[in-house]
Amino acid sequence: MSGLRAAYGQTRVLHGIDFRLEEKSITALLGANGAGKTTTLRALCGMVRTEGEVRFAGRRIEGWRTEDVVRLGIAHVPDGRGTFLHLTTEENLRLGAYTSRDKTQVAQDLERVYGYFPRLKERSRQQAGTLSGGEQQMLAVSRALMLRPKLMLLDEPSFGLAPLVVRELFSILRTINAESGVALMLVEQNAAMALNLAERAYVIETGRVVLHGSAADIKSDDAVRRAYLGY
Amino acid sequence: MEAVLLQVLAGLSNGGIYASLALALVMIYQATHLVNFAQGEMAMFATYIAWSLINAGFGYWPAFFLTVGIAFVLGVLLERLVIRPVENAPVLAVVVVFIGLLVILNSVAGWIFSYTIKSFPSPFPGALGIRYMSPHQVGALLVTLIVLALLYLFFRFTPLGLAMRAAAQNPVSSRLVGIRVGWMLALGWGLAAAVGAVAGMMVAPIVYLDPNMMAGILLYAFAAALLGGIDSPGGAVVGGLVVGVLENLLGAFVIGNELKLVVALVLIVGVLLVRPSGFFGSVQVTRV
Ligand SMILES: Nc1ncnc2c1ncn2[C@@H]1O[C@H](COP(=O)(O)OP(=O)(O)OP(=O)(O)O)[C@@H](O)[C@H]1O
Ligand SMILES: [Mg+2]
Repeated sequence: MSGLRAAYGQTRVLHGIDFRLEEKSITALLGANGAGKTTTLRALCGMVRTEGEVRFAGRRIEGWRTEDVVRLGIAHVPDGRGTFLHLTTEENLRLGAYTSRDKTQVAQDLERVYGYFPRLKERSRQQAGTLSGGEQQMLAVSRALMLRPKLMLLDEPSFGLAPLVVRELFSILRTINAESGVALMLVEQNAAMALNLAERAYVIETGRVVLHGSAADIKSDDAVRRAYLGY
Repeated sequence: MEAVLLQVLAGLSNGGIYASLALALVMIYQATHLVNFAQGEMAMFATYIAWSLINAGFGYWPAFFLTVGIAFVLGVLLERLVIRPVENAPVLAVVVVFIGLLVILNSVAGWIFSYTIKSFPSPFPGALGIRYMSPHQVGALLVTLIVLALLYLFFRFTPLGLAMRAAAQNPVSSRLVGIRVGWMLALGWGLAAAVGAVAGMMVAPIVYLDPNMMAGILLYAFAAALLGGIDSPGGAVVGGLVVGVLENLLGAFVIGNELKLVVALVLIVGVLLVRPSGFFGSVQVTRV
């Protein structure tokens, strides 16, 4: 995407962000609170008003409706998890595969995500609103996987998860990326973990990219780390 | 005792009709969080369509199914053309649109079909009658139960039904899984209109066909929906049956037929005061 700008009503939030996501890659998007990370992900899938250019697999998709972007294979694990609170866990997952017409494939994918997150299988008939925060986060990731996406946008997937569960989640993300070649774009507060997982990283500040490069470089540059990532 | 049983059974039959209309109200409420005051007039209009078809020489059942189909399409169009444009308008503006719709449908029906009362046929053969119920009462109850069962199966077990529930609850997340939320809402209106049409055709042989035939019925349906919990489809059905039975028992033994409609009003006010979420309304189980 290039020159991406986005605004909520009159409030301009992104001021021209450029970046590239490689197929099958893992990219981290870092930045302080309010930098515009969530807005960037929203802009990618048409959830906010945008200007500029967004290309996906050669197609210009800026201005597309969210549901059409999603149908191209872009899954979004939103900020706040986006759980369908009054539906059961399994209904939430089935909705993830809403665009798929292949029943056997949906059944297989269901087993696959239950394999990743056995906890969800135990809770499959439970109303999703009664799941714990961490369980809902697993559910959000799983729901996105049910789409069989080419690109997954993850907005702070580690939010509210215990450190052990975060590590587990990240290793699952790595597996998913390796096994099915889903490209991941990962927004994280936990910069250290994100940089370990990602190949490339972008750092944004008040709606602009201030730094980008390979994750390894950013991680090893102490000055950069202190200036932008604060650890 | 026998008199009580008689009233209970008659009440169930009416109650089924209230239940389907209440369900239509609930369906639209879940999608828009507003009560569609025009629901009754939509049903009335559909009933006139059925009447015209029958007069044009269609058999009852072909006319019945054709009417359900037409009502569905009209419901979808109504959402697309009238409700959609005010989607983001303030609540009061939408309420005004609903009421406007009510008045317009009522006048248009009066204009096209005149305000003279017409009789509407019942399709049920005499053999369907049982000791305490007329053939039409039995038939109407059966038809209502079939409609309710079909709706239940649709919403509970089909992907489209699931998507419609999802779209009503959480439009943002629904878009993120690729659901075309706008169309789901329109389909909801279509279904509500179709269910209303069935209710209209079932009640018309009892109350006769005229542009104001649904006014009282809608009030009962509203009481039923509130009693069950305005966001609970199951509650609306139970509420409808309870209101039907209550109405008949009180009308027959306590307050007389003239004051029956008061029962609905008392129920509405009572529920709103004592238990606004109704008896089956969701006590929100949300984690914060
Ligand atoms: N719905 C909204 N309406 C108006 N302004 C908004 C809205 N959402 C976000 N903003 C503003 O846009 C800016 C960027 O917000 P954004 O949510 O993208 O930040 P973020 O990088 O995701 O932050 P965090 O790390 O806290 O999640 C903030 O200044 C915020 O106040
Ligand atoms: Mg954010």
